[in-house]
Amino acid sequence: MKSEFTPPFGKITQIVGKCISLIGNDIDTDRIIPARFLKCVNFDSLGKSVFEDDRETLKGKHPFDLKENKNASILIVNSNFGCGSSREHAPQALMRWGIKAIIGESFAEIFYSNCIAIGIPCFTLSKKSIQVIQKYIDNKSLFLEIELKSSLAKSKDLNFNLEIKESSRKMFLSGEWDATSTLLENENLIEDKFKNLPYLKF
Amino acid sequence: MSQDTLFDKVWDLHKVSSLPGGSDQIFIGLHLIHEVTSPQAFGALKDKNLKVKFPTRTVATVDHIVPTDNQSRPFKDNLAEQMIETLEKNCLQHKIRFFNIGSGNQGIVHVVAPELGLTQPGMTIACGDSHTSTHGAFGSIAFGIGTSQVRDVLATQTIAMNKLKVRQIWCENKLSHGVYAKDLVLHIINELGVKAGVGFAYEFAGPAINALSMEERMTICNMSIEGGARCGYINPDEKTFNYIKNKLCAPKNENWDEALLWWKSLKSDANSIYDDVIKFDASKVEPTVTWGITPGQSVGINQQIPLLEELSPNDQFVAEEAYEYMGFKPGQSIKDTPVDVCFIGSCTNGRISDLRVAAKVLKDKKVSDKVKAFVVPGSEKVANEAKKEGLDIIFKDSGFQWREPGCSMCLAMNSDKLIGNQVSASSSNRNFKGRQGSPSGRTLLMSPAMVAAAAINGKVSDVREFIER
Repeated sequence: MKSEFTPPFGKITQIVGKCISLIGNDIDTDRIIPARFLKCVNFDSLGKSVFEDDRETLKGKHPFDLKENKNASILIVNSNFGCGSSREHAPQALMRWGIKAIIGESFAEIFYSNCIAIGIPCFTLSKKSIQVIQKYIDNKSLFLEIELKSSLAKSKDLNFNLEIKESSRKMFLSGEWDATSTLLENENLIEDKFKNLPYLKF
Repeated sequence: MSQDTLFDKVWDLHKVSSLPGGSDQIFIGLHLIHEVTSPQAFGALKDKNLKVKFPTRTVATVDHIVPTDNQSRPFKDNLAEQMIETLEKNCLQHKIRFFNIGSGNQGIVHVVAPELGLTQPGMTIACGDSHTSTHGAFGSIAFGIGTSQVRDVLATQTIAMNKLKVRQIWCENKLSHGVYAKDLVLHIINELGVKAGVGFAYEFAGPAINALSMEERMTICNMSIEGGARCGYINPDEKTFNYIKNKLCAPKNENWDEALLWWKSLKSDANSIYDDVIKFDASKVEPTVTWGITPGQSVGINQQIPLLEELSPNDQFVAEEAYEYMGFKPGQSIKDTPVDVCFIGSCTNGRISDLRVAAKVLKDKKVSDKVKAFVVPGSEKVANEAKKEGLDIIFKDSGFQWREPGCSMCLAMNSDKLIGNQVSASSSNRNFKGRQGSPSGRTLLMSPAMVAAAAINGKVSDVREFIER
């Protein structure tokens, strides 16, 4: 975990970092951050509790505890990552541990939109390619350089064409992933909608 | 791309603009908040020096952290007390309606909003909780959001979202005796898988769905998210309108007539186009129980836990994890699995009809002395109605503990938790590892009637053996 956490801000065009692999399908947000840690009025202290119960069970052998994964920032996962509860505490905990981007076979929908909203790009890759990466990481460290614009992920030995939703890519490149100000630009249209929706007159 | 479905109509009606990135800006007609996912959103408003745009369109209650044994203030748990105080303060400061404990209207947010008549057809509804899909039972488009989006809704009454595809899930025939909405939705998720719904809204339709009560429809839509679909809905009909009529926040007098006229115009056209249609035969569904660590891992009560080779290669990975965690052997029967704890409650199955069904099974019976059983009504209204009908007495006489309303052991944020690797028979919605408060706790999801049957026998049982035809 980083001792001083600075949340991402503005345009996100490139992510460079070491990969950490977490193998498993359908890893839900209760596992990412168990519910007892949701008893908080800010997100500040969540980083150290990420995967708390899974880590406790594996007694030091969980990827988030391994020495070689220290300072890793690109998380490699399998399918339907982040399913279940809508708790934003899950990506917040990952981010505060040090994760800056996630590459996976697929993501659950609310988790994905939470990641975008807090500045964590989520990329998809085929099952086969994910397995290639996970196998590689078994033996040695993988440092990736990801370009948002081209979706290319490069390293010494491996290169991948990542996929990302076009709307997400554009938001990161323009810095509009922090949506509030963009949404507020249409204030007049919002007022019109408020005045004209049939059920708001009942 | 779908056309002329209820989803398309409601989406188009609420679309404020097309955003530069390609997603849509959608107006949220009703925003529900609770103590867990809102404090950071209010904090962000303060940081950005923003106000709540339309305070009348947000409604609050407290549910996740409330104790169910002793609700006197301050709560014994300091952190829980801090969370409810923060919500009270935020609601007061921003002039947001708050249904607090003791108001007579507090409860699980997805139980409360429908019973107050806040949930209505044709609305968009958002809440920082994945089970917001529940409200789709009324023909609204309702989905869970994260805290940053809660902030956006508070500040702008809109969110940025990509339009979903629409899959119709057509349910033919009707459920057989002793089989409930919970069984049907568990069956659907088992067939389609827990991620099939990603990118989709699920429209539940067909004779089996039409025959369901509003509360049963809520159970179905509630679990859409467990099938990966952020939103599930059912076209509104007379049952929908009758349920809403005369509720506290329902339109009244001439407004009612106007509302009814509009609501009746809201449904998927006969010739609407879906991105996908899947058909089920509801008459073939058995009482269904989960055996694994995802809501998709379920079997009929008389079936065996599947062998690895019976599962698709994609499902085998999680199945192996599940056998190990649950301590089950492939091919083993789910029936007669001993249970330690029985829990009736949650936004899935904590409504009055759920309590009635369970009480009917429990009447003049005793809970096994090996089992700790408790019932947590979904709301103060549910609790009061149950007391009026004497259901609380039936539960207590049988050996069930009667608790105060809240989310309770569905997610175990209060002191209601499993201990060690206890097995629970639970009417809730998630059987994830550690979900019910113990890192090694094991959850078997089933209908409230099946939980009652399991409580009596001390093991997973077929409720059809308990109820008369």
